[in-house]
Amino acid sequence: MDERVRAVIIGSGNIGSDLLAKAGRSAKLEVVGMAGIDPDSPGLARAREAGIATSHVGLEELLNRVSDVDVAFDATSAYAHAEHARILADRGILSIDLTPAALGPAVIPAVNIDEHAGAPDVNLVTCGAQATVPVVAAIAAVTDLPYAEIVSTISARSAGPGTRANIDEFTQSTARALEAVGGATKGKAVMLLNPSDPPVLMRNAIYADIPGADEDAVIAAIDEVVASVASYVPGYRLTARPDILDGVITVLLEVEGAGDYLPEYAGNLDIMTSAAVRMAELQVRGEMAA
Amino acid sequence: MSARVKLVDTTMRDGSHSVAHQYTPEQVATAAKLLDDAGVWAIAVGHGDGLGASSRQYGFGAYSDAELLAAAAEVVGRAEIAVALLPGIGTRDDLRAANEAGASIVRVSTVITEADIGIQHLKLARELGMTAHSHLNMASIGSVEQTVEAARIVVDAGSTAAYLVDTCGAFLQDDVRARVSALRETLGDEIEIGIHEHNNLSLAVSNSLAAIQEGATIVDVTLAGMGAGAGNCQGEALVAVLERHGIESGADLFALQDAADGFVRKELMPGPIVVDRLTASMGYANVPASFLLHAIRAGERYGVDPRSIILALGERHAVTGQEDMILDVAAGLVDSA
Repeated sequence: MDERVRAVIIGSGNIGSDLLAKAGRSAKLEVVGMAGIDPDSPGLARAREAGIATSHVGLEELLNRVSDVDVAFDATSAYAHAEHARILADRGILSIDLTPAALGPAVIPAVNIDEHAGAPDVNLVTCGAQATVPVVAAIAAVTDLPYAEIVSTISARSAGPGTRANIDEFTQSTARALEAVGGATKGKAVMLLNPSDPPVLMRNAIYADIPGADEDAVIAAIDEVVASVASYVPGYRLTARPDILDGVITVLLEVEGAGDYLPEYAGNLDIMTSAAVRMAELQVRGEMAA
Repeated sequence: MSARVKLVDTTMRDGSHSVAHQYTPEQVATAAKLLDDAGVWAIAVGHGDGLGASSRQYGFGAYSDAELLAAAAEVVGRAEIAVALLPGIGTRDDLRAANEAGASIVRVSTVITEADIGIQHLKLARELGMTAHSHLNMASIGSVEQTVEAARIVVDAGSTAAYLVDTCGAFLQDDVRARVSALRETLGDEIEIGIHEHNNLSLAVSNSLAAIQEGATIVDVTLAGMGAGAGNCQGEALVAVLERHGIESGADLFALQDAADGFVRKELMPGPIVVDRLTASMGYANVPASFLLHAIRAGERYGVDPRSIILALGERHAVTGQEDMILDVAAGLVDSA
């Protein structure tokens, strides 16, 4: 019997196409459907070529034809996700939300995936949160963390219209995740776009106030969590040794994408799709164990 | 060419970079009173990197934007009060708070190729009844076509002025002329063009004049040229030049000179703000002028030449706001040494 988790992808654009490549490669997942809204979408055409059921009418129509779906990746928009979440909840399908809707709990796989096993709808926050909250949480686990600040810079080419039109929501939800998931008493987030050509890799700066900390323990915790994230995002790495000065640690990271469908510079998108696939793989394995 | 221009003095905003954002409300009130009496159209106030920028990345302000704005609002009679907002750093909540504290003009500032990230902030400014202007920063990396495209985006979003912001102080006069004339040809008469210069190549006053001659009607200036990098277009110098050209600014030349020499040089400037090997390298290599003090500090921390840091930042195409890259580059220079 095939015990792979049966997944559908909602959205046939760049993110949906990258999910198709990543989930398709996973030994634990089987992509059984892709829903879009454009009959001429290249993403839907690719799915059809791979023998996967598609719909250009929408999610509900797809689910009427594809049975036993375990999880759905939503790579559409916050607005559309509200409707998708209702449809998925009615059918008992786990919703992994890559939009900014934030209806369900925020999940950062390296930090809190176990806490939300079984939640009907989980939100992946932002690429900035996926890239920085693991480090912030690792620091908060070994010392007091009154303040954490992050600056994420992505290639302008990898910033879609949704991000561009909602940059305030991006920084605000990232800052909330630094607090709620990362464990900082106060969080602040900055998001920058760099237009240079050739495109730059996603980079992140993390500044954390660690008054009176055991510095060796903090550094060790950071090294450990960077390796943990790199297990599902291979291009995730420090660009310099963390620097501690006057009770503040500075951590500099870059994220190179796997180049599945999205280009390698788009580590910001890769870390979202990688986290989503990780979530699909782990979440259901937990359910099966239960 | 217009025979009349509006001056926006940004000593209390861009000048904040020169003091690592440590201005006090008393200093802001003194400067604002002098500038208001001198007759400038508007006075920009707040953290050097705009609303919400008080941070590890850019430096924590000694006082909040609201405290500094309130100090200016209390003493100003005629002048408008302006704030900067860089989307991705500041938010609409910050803009609402600034408006309540007395700001009536916002300059929404984006990298020139990324103008669409400021649409939500421009729209809010209009809803609040504020004057919505757009600072197209890093203007020296945009082509003429990209400049026109950016201006179209911000005007469509409700902006009534598009400024070329020469963040790196890298523009040559011909660059300014080509861009301002292209904007003047394509934008409607009701849309104003602004110029914001840095003096890293010693061209701030002459570039500002060139922009005015091509149709710009708003000029950002500072007293004594105090500001990021080698400073901004020196207000009292520009006004003297404008008078010689028969262009009215509405400001009193001698009052500006007295404010510059009697207050700014004596009470505010921590040291000379000049074209030297560091600031000239910023203009030469297209590096944001706001990086100056950060590059000097990183050079000290890592034991590397700050000019090497600046040149490497130019090679890596760092843009406005990427102060974190200074640390990365400095650490990398140590490793490669």
